[in-house]
Amino acid sequence: MSTLAVAVESRSPVRRLVWAMPVAAALLVYPWVASQYQAMLLAYGLVMAIAALGFNLLLGYTGLLSFGHSAFFGVGAYTVALMVKYLNVGSMELFLVGAVVGSAVVAGIFGFVCVRYTRIFFGILTLALSQVLWSLAFKFFWVTGGTDGLRVPTPMLVGFSGGKTDKIEFLAHAYYYYVLVIFFACVASMWVIVSSPFGKALQAIRDNETRAEFVGIQVRRYRWVAFLVSGVFTGVAGALWVPLNGLITPENLHWTFSGKIVFMTVLGGFSAFAGPIIGAVLYNYLEAYAVGNTVYWQFVLGTVLVVLVLSLPTGVVGTADRLIARWGGRS
Amino acid sequence: MSLLVTRGLVKHFGDTHAVDRVDFTVREREVLALIGSNGAGKTTLVNLISGLLRPDGGRIVFQDRDVTHLSVHGRIEAGIARSFQLVNLFDRLSMLDNVALAIFSRQGKTRKLMALADADRAVWEEAIEILRLFGLEAKARVPAAGLSQGERKLLDVAVAYALRPKLLFLDEPTSGVSTREKAPIMDTITSVVRREGISAAIIEHDMDVVFNYSDRIVAMHQGAILADGTPAEIRVNEAVAINLLGTTHA
Repeated sequence: MSTLAVAVESRSPVRRLVWAMPVAAALLVYPWVASQYQAMLLAYGLVMAIAALGFNLLLGYTGLLSFGHSAFFGVGAYTVALMVKYLNVGSMELFLVGAVVGSAVVAGIFGFVCVRYTRIFFGILTLALSQVLWSLAFKFFWVTGGTDGLRVPTPMLVGFSGGKTDKIEFLAHAYYYYVLVIFFACVASMWVIVSSPFGKALQAIRDNETRAEFVGIQVRRYRWVAFLVSGVFTGVAGALWVPLNGLITPENLHWTFSGKIVFMTVLGGFSAFAGPIIGAVLYNYLEAYAVGNTVYWQFVLGTVLVVLVLSLPTGVVGTADRLIARWGGRS
Repeated sequence: MSLLVTRGLVKHFGDTHAVDRVDFTVREREVLALIGSNGAGKTTLVNLISGLLRPDGGRIVFQDRDVTHLSVHGRIEAGIARSFQLVNLFDRLSMLDNVALAIFSRQGKTRKLMALADADRAVWEEAIEILRLFGLEAKARVPAAGLSQGERKLLDVAVAYALRPKLLFLDEPTSGVSTREKAPIMDTITSVVRREGISAAIIEHDMDVVFNYSDRIVAMHQGAILADGTPAEIRVNEAVAINLLGTTHA
C-alpha cells in the first residue's frame, strides 16, 4: 500500500463506525429495557453531551478554554421559555430554530470580543460576559421570572403533542428519541466539522498560532467561526434541556454551570472526539447518584472528580484509548 | 529582474535602529544569502517583509506592487512565504497534515466546514509529493513533535514551500543541526528551489553554507546593508572581513 493510502486510510470513518454502531444500537433500545427514570437520566446526559461537544470545539480543537458556555446554554433555554411565554409557541422545531438564532447572535457578539485574546484572558472574558447575562436574567424578573425562573411545558414534537400521555412517559420515550436524533445529528455534524479542512485549520491554530498565520490562515476570523459554532451547539443543548427539566432559572447562566461543562469535557478527555460525550454522560450519572444518596453530594462529587482527574489526566476516553493501544500492541 | 525591492525600510525598537533605511533587493530565480552578526537586523528585515512586524518607515514592493501595508495573509497570496529560525510547526499534527494544511490554505479550502479533508485526494497526493521532494515521506504519519531537529527544519521549509511561493525566506534553516546534517539539508532545499525556479533568501551564519550555496550575498551590520555581491566579491570585501568574519585581508 502506498504511503498516502496508509496515511489516509488509517483514519477512515468506517473504522470509527465499527465502534459507533453498537453504541447507537444500545441507545436506541435503552428506553425499552430501562426504567423511565433511567431513560430520562440518559436523555439529560445526551443533552449535556451536545453542550460539551460544542464546548470542546474550542478547548480541544482550537485551544481556547471558555468559562462562559453557560451563556449559550442559558440563551438556548431562555429563548425557548420566552417563546412559550410571549409567542405561545409549542413546537420543538421552532424552539430549536429560535435557540440556534438566539445563541448564534450572542455567540457572534461575545466571540467578536473574546477571540482577540487567548489563554487566561480569553477564559476570564468569557466568564465575565456570561455573568452579565446571568445578572440580566436575575434582575429583569418581570421578563425572566428572576430566581423563580420560567416554566416550559412539554412541547409538540414534529407536529404531534404528547396528548394524554403521562408527562414522564412522554419524556422517557418520545422526547428521549427526539433528543437522540438531534444528538446523532450533532455528533455527525461535529465529526464532519473537526475532520474538515476548517477543523484542521483550527488544530493548526491550537498548535501554533504564529505558524497558522504564516500558512495563510486568518487566525482571528477562524477562531470567531469556531466560537460561533461552539455557541450554537451549546445553545441547541440548552433548548433540548429545558423541556426535560420543565424550568429554567438563572442558575444555568451562572459561571458555575460553565464550570460543569468544563469538568465534563476534562473528565472524558478533551483530546479525543468522544471525550466530551462520555464525560458528560458520566458526570450526569455521578451527579445524580451523589445527589440521591447524600446531602454532602458536592463534597462526594468533588472528591470523586479530583481523584478521577488526577489518576486519568487524559480523561476516561484518553486512558481507554491508551489501554486499547497497549493491549493491541501485545496481541 | 527584481522580484522584491525595499526602499528606505526602517524599524526601531526604542532607541535601537534594528533596520535603518534599508534598500534591499531580491532578484528572480536566485538563492540569496543574508549574513550578519547577531543583532545586525537580518531577522527583523525578514519579519518586516513577511508581515510579522510593521515598518516605521519605507516601502516594500513585490512584483511591482506595494505590499507595505498588506496583511500576512495578503502577502502569502501575493507569493511571499517564510520558515522560522526556531522551528514553528503544528506539533500534534502529522508531517503529512502539516504540509496538507498549507495546501488546503493555499487553495482556500480551509473555509470549508462541511467537507471531509481526507476525501480530497488531490491535496494528499500533493502533500506526499512535497514530502518526497524533501526526502521526508517515510515519516509522513509521525507527529511533527516526534521528529529529529534536522527533519523538523526540513518540514518547516516544506510547509512554506507548499504555499507555492515566488519568494521563500528561510531563517537559519541549518541552525541547531549537526555539521554533518547541514549539507544534505541545504542540498535538498536549494535543489527544490532551483528546480521550481523560485527565489530564496536565506539567513545563515555558517559561512561554508553561505559561500557554497548562494548566488549572491547581502551582508548586514547594525541595521544597515554593509555589502552586496557575489560570493567571490564578498569573500574579498574588506568591510565584511572586518565586521563579520573577524579577519582582514591585509
